[in-house]
Amino acid sequence: MNVLWLQSGGCGGCTMSLLCAETPDLMAMLADAGIDFLWHPSLSEASGAEAVELLSACASGARPLDVLCVEGALLRGPHGSGRFHMLAGTGRPMIEWVRELAGRATHTVAVGTCAAYGGVSAAGANLTDACGLQYDGDASGGLLGAEYRSGSGLPVINVAGCPTHPDWVIETLLALALGEFGAEAMDALGRPRFYADHLVHHGCSRNEFYEFKASAEKPSDLGCMMEHMGCKGTQAHADCNLRPWNGMGSCTSGGYPCISCTEPGFEEPGHPFAETPKVGGIPIGLPTDMPKAWFVALAALSKSATPKRVRVNATADHAVIAPVNRKTGLK
Amino acid sequence: MSRQILGPFNRVEGDLEVSLESEAGRVTAAWVNSPMYRGFEQILVGKAPSDALVMVPRICGICSVSQSVAAAAALADASGARMPPNGERAVNLMLATENLADHLTHFYLFFMPDFAREAYAGQPWFDDIAARFKAVRGAATAEALAARARFFRIMGLLAGKWPHTLSIHAGGSARAVGPTERVRLLSMVREFRAWLERHLFGDRLEAVTAIDSLEALWAWADTAGPAASDLGRFLQLCRALDLGALGQAPGVPRYLSHGNYPVDGVPGFARGVWDADAAAVTPFDAADVAEDIAHAWLAGSATARHPLEGQTHPDADKADAYSWCKAPRWRGHTVQCGALSRQVVDGHPLARDLVMQGGGNVMSRVIGRLLEIARVVPLMEQWLRALAPGEPFHVPTTLPDEACGTGLVEAARGALGHWLVVRRGRIHNYQIIAPTTWNFSPRDASGVPGALEQALVDTPVGAGDTMPVAVQHVVRSFDPCMVCTVH
Repeated sequence: MNVLWLQSGGCGGCTMSLLCAETPDLMAMLADAGIDFLWHPSLSEASGAEAVELLSACASGARPLDVLCVEGALLRGPHGSGRFHMLAGTGRPMIEWVRELAGRATHTVAVGTCAAYGGVSAAGANLTDACGLQYDGDASGGLLGAEYRSGSGLPVINVAGCPTHPDWVIETLLALALGEFGAEAMDALGRPRFYADHLVHHGCSRNEFYEFKASAEKPSDLGCMMEHMGCKGTQAHADCNLRPWNGMGSCTSGGYPCISCTEPGFEEPGHPFAETPKVGGIPIGLPTDMPKAWFVALAALSKSATPKRVRVNATADHAVIAPVNRKTGLK
Repeated sequence: MSRQILGPFNRVEGDLEVSLESEAGRVTAAWVNSPMYRGFEQILVGKAPSDALVMVPRICGICSVSQSVAAAAALADASGARMPPNGERAVNLMLATENLADHLTHFYLFFMPDFAREAYAGQPWFDDIAARFKAVRGAATAEALAARARFFRIMGLLAGKWPHTLSIHAGGSARAVGPTERVRLLSMVREFRAWLERHLFGDRLEAVTAIDSLEALWAWADTAGPAASDLGRFLQLCRALDLGALGQAPGVPRYLSHGNYPVDGVPGFARGVWDADAAAVTPFDAADVAEDIAHAWLAGSATARHPLEGQTHPDADKADAYSWCKAPRWRGHTVQCGALSRQVVDGHPLARDLVMQGGGNVMSRVIGRLLEIARVVPLMEQWLRALAPGEPFHVPTTLPDEACGTGLVEAARGALGHWLVVRRGRIHNYQIIAPTTWNFSPRDASGVPGALEQALVDTPVGAGDTMPVAVQHVVRSFDPCMVCTVH
């Protein structure tokens, strides 16, 4: 299975993240799965005319294209011309290349939230008219249009995340290579369900603080970051706390709130990222599948039952009080 | 005279196109174009100042921590905040991890594969170099990627993830380190040291940093021979291909460094501008910087502006423009920056000798990077030993509603500056000058070319060669980061 990887309006971070894969030999692992990078901007030897020739052969259909991966948003501006990103050496806008290549690809994969939904590249007034391959924020459409289907009959597969986790990309490619990735493997926003059917909250190391609504109040505090610091882990779809980043981390373990970077529109939350918007002291963004009244009642109850250890540690940068040793009677 | 346009230039971060004019097999003039524009400086306007910490890392996925540190420094400058000693050291550790990983990525993935090209088949050294450095398939690719991923576990523990960590704040790091975590971090640094000493240097880091002249460097290379290390292999190529004479920019004798890795507020690597003609360091004052947009696709003032007054308004139809990149100038001069500049300004004798004998060139830029790897790993070990678990890593800060701030830092590729203006509690203006904006600057209003544009002059090009390999060596020797350049 050959893979052509292009980068447009993004930061290259999804490629850099991919290269952090926790495997002793990433290239050999991909090769072993029958995955061959026809061309990748960071890795390939071919430069200039050689690379353009290869892209042209794929665009014309002379060379079969199994997977088109696009990293970065598609920059449609100014005035629909696509001139905010010209593919160097070709005199043509990248959006024209992507439209042509997507028309030939058996599968089309958006790598990262920029390519999926527009992402940070589409933030603010979106001067560059950035969008995703098949979404513009949470609206279906994007560069290729809501009706687009790749040769396999699937819409664009959105491996969203800013950046995306290396395993999310690798496991998507491996599933495609095995012929085991169908429409049922994608959620309503085109994301692979193997990671999008989880919430960032699952496995969060701060869960005990969440249980008791023992909250962090400032950066470096150990407590739950949902109440005051803007954490969206209970609403954001991803398995970040079940699958480590860089061997052992996650955003919440690194001391910062989940900013829901796998979701369309995360770049413009309508409030400062590190502050929780509230009405009458109650956070607006409550867990998606929990009735508000129940949440408020349970939070009041659990706050009143918070052990001193949990309450004190929540606003400290290290565990000030350790759990006591007590015979529990457990057998 | 012939003219050609080269692109896409891959194995650089982001997008790059180079136009060359050549005569009699040599480049006579070059124009460097950054053909992509995203507009972070406009995106930031109107946002809460703290949101810069979320947005700016996303300028670049290869040096996102550098962007975070610059933003945190600008916010600290605007608020009068000062990190506690633990915070300073934790941030130094994150920045050093990213910078060294960048140097490693550059050497093994971006730069060395060009010597394994067919253009060099038949050279006596070719088989060994191709087996080791061939793009994707070379033995070193797998080894270096694995070492890099292991090294980044430091970021997993210390910052949650990389790239786009958010634990760096004006008041320090949001992730305190406990006593056993400190020991684990130290073991990660030592694992990286062992890899470097076995593969990249074939010697103790301290032995490499003790090399104090070009002569001593050649003597070091002769002692072990090229097969003993990847540095040895590179030095063999320097001799065989005369890389010390390639990619010089005699018209750009000024080397800028913002200084890096503060401990108790004092930078571990010095700040300043080394003038090779005068053989002296001039103190750097951020007031001496201005950006010119004469040949950038940007509308606005014809006179160069200081970044605090800078403007960024795209104009894709502007006549005489050929890049989205602005032209930053120091006291009106083109300067170069990067690891070599950092080491030269800091006064490392080998770096000074390299520049005095051959200027900035393909060889000296790469050596500058490798020398820096060898110098920074022991600093990381020192910072880790000095961490005091239990003491604060972060102190709360308050930003006034009306404020200005400047954040100066050294990313892997050189001097990175953020300039922030806050009005009524919101970002009023945010201007960024990235390292590659300095190095890959287009011409300014006086027609003076940027550093790479000058360094490419005199580079050999073969007739009919659509992608001259020597041009690729020169371009990649700067380790350009184009997504940062135009942001």
